[in-house]
Amino acid sequence: MVAAATILASEEDGAMVLRAEGEWLVVSAAELDRRLRHLDLPRAGQVRVDLSGVDRLDSTGAWLLLRTEHELAELGNRVELANLQPRFAPLLEQVRSRGVTEPLPHPVPVHHTLVGFLERIGRITVLLAQRVYHILGFSGLVTVTILRLLRQPRRLRLIATLVQMERVGLDAMPIVGLLSFLIGVVMAYQGADQLRRFGAEIYTVNLVGVATLRELGVLLSAIIIAGRSGSAFTAEIGTMQVNEEIDALRTLGLDPVEVLVLPRLIGLGLTLPLLVFYADFMGVLGGALMSWAVLDINFPNFLTQLQGAVTTTTLFVGVIKAPFFASIIALVGCFEGLNVTRSAESVGRLTTQSVVESIFFVIVTDAAFSIVFSLLKV
Amino acid sequence: MAEDHPAHDEDYVIRVRNLVNAFGSQVIHDGVDLDVRRGEVIGIVGGSGTGKSVMLRTVVGLNRPVSGSIEVLGNDVLHMGDEERHSLETQWGVLFQDGALFSSLTVAQNIEVPLKEDLRLPQRLMAEIAACKIGMVGLPPEAADKFPAQLSGGMRKRAGLARALALDPQILFLDEPTAGLDPIAAAAFDQLIKDLQASLGLTVFLVTHDLDSLFAICDRVAVLVDKKIRVGTLEEHLRDNHPWIHSYFHGPRGRAAQAAETHAY
Repeated sequence: MVAAATILASEEDGAMVLRAEGEWLVVSAAELDRRLRHLDLPRAGQVRVDLSGVDRLDSTGAWLLLRTEHELAELGNRVELANLQPRFAPLLEQVRSRGVTEPLPHPVPVHHTLVGFLERIGRITVLLAQRVYHILGFSGLVTVTILRLLRQPRRLRLIATLVQMERVGLDAMPIVGLLSFLIGVVMAYQGADQLRRFGAEIYTVNLVGVATLRELGVLLSAIIIAGRSGSAFTAEIGTMQVNEEIDALRTLGLDPVEVLVLPRLIGLGLTLPLLVFYADFMGVLGGALMSWAVLDINFPNFLTQLQGAVTTTTLFVGVIKAPFFASIIALVGCFEGLNVTRSAESVGRLTTQSVVESIFFVIVTDAAFSIVFSLLKV
Repeated sequence: MAEDHPAHDEDYVIRVRNLVNAFGSQVIHDGVDLDVRRGEVIGIVGGSGTGKSVMLRTVVGLNRPVSGSIEVLGNDVLHMGDEERHSLETQWGVLFQDGALFSSLTVAQNIEVPLKEDLRLPQRLMAEIAACKIGMVGLPPEAADKFPAQLSGGMRKRAGLARALALDPQILFLDEPTAGLDPIAAAAFDQLIKDLQASLGLTVFLVTHDLDSLFAICDRVAVLVDKKIRVGTLEEHLRDNHPWIHSYFHGPRGRAAQAAETHAY
């Protein structure tokens, strides 16, 4: 770095003289700061700061001069800033009148201590409990709105519901189909590999059939839809919240739950079971293809074996979960969207949170279903 | 500033020649010329959609014009290397409409961003410089550790101004600095710009809707009408009988602002 600015100390008539020279600009601030900090400052004396050599001065330079003046005065010196070029006087005055404030000390952030860490865990736990409580409250509100809708079915926004069905269902078919197909392929391959050791490779068909119909089809679809549509719900409603559109709806006498939440909830509730059925079909198809490729089980044989392995109950055990997952995704998505405050940043944060929460609740609910089914011996 | 410079070349910090801006088939500027003198406050006004902000964005290189040339501090903005551009960017500060503070950083950290980027300063010195700028723009010292979301609109603009001033630029670009402020805060902001401009010797490029600001702080005013620009002092514009300019400066608000300014002296 070019030392275009300097400060020199000398003695004249028993007083200290500091000579500031050159370009006192922010670009040379690091160098100047170092030199100023290394100055041997006197106590209770007379100090003259000669500024005649200062060619250029900006507010950082001015501040460094004033800081030095301040530090000298703190040590009980009588300080004089002399020979400043008149054109810099207003700048120095401006900084002196407004700018000379010591930066506030930065305390160690609380969360860097052990107590802070424990407090953080506690806070998060309480927040989590509150969140669940609020989501339950919101589901109650939505339920009441649905009951009101049952009395006056005309209030259902049919077009909006159909639009949602198209967006969350029809438009998701390529991705859900492809991923289910690939999972079917992967499962058949892994299953065949393991079962072959027992000479039981034909049971690959049972593995693929049961796992896809009972668990994978529905779980995979729900997770894809949580990422694809749950996030969209939060982002859409959140953006409306930022633009005050939700408030506008309320002042126009429209109920945001009825206008925005119900079409999404009903749309998703109706389409997710259909998507799950489709995902099941594609998954089994992927399994069939892989069984044919690696195990030489041809299609008729695959079907015969599948018939013995699964029943319609197996299918329904999977599909029955779909409306529950759909409600979770729609409710969490809309709830977080309505939680958005009036900043664009909170849209992003809550969208992420909405996806994480829906996937979490979907998997927890799935586990709960498994327990119930095992008790019922389904 | 107060001294009257003769109008030779180096006294112009911004030179725009024959600028054409268009979005699709919609032409915004059609052959605009603009010269900004060193140390002056120039106000850019015009109706909604006449491209005031586009003008600012074009001069600082955020928007590429269809044709024309732009020179800032002797650098050709449209044909310059990365290094030249970078060194030019340290010589101007831009204040966007709502401050455009980085929302994940505190006010002090926002001000430290340009300092960190260009100079290797010790952390303590950066904190000191940030505190100094915070004081200069009239924010309380406690504002340093606040996040932008915790500040009011007026405070966000002041913080944005502090960040724009971090490297002591020669030119300050302001995009509607008083929009959305109450009249008292707006007047205080105008005064702040005027003070800083006088003491730091800034050249200020001010895009505004606010007639009070125009009368209070602008040396010259550039009016965007009919896809062209008309530059002059306020007195010249007051005499102009172009219908839009006339109704702008002689409408009820224009008269009120004018009266306020006359009474102030």
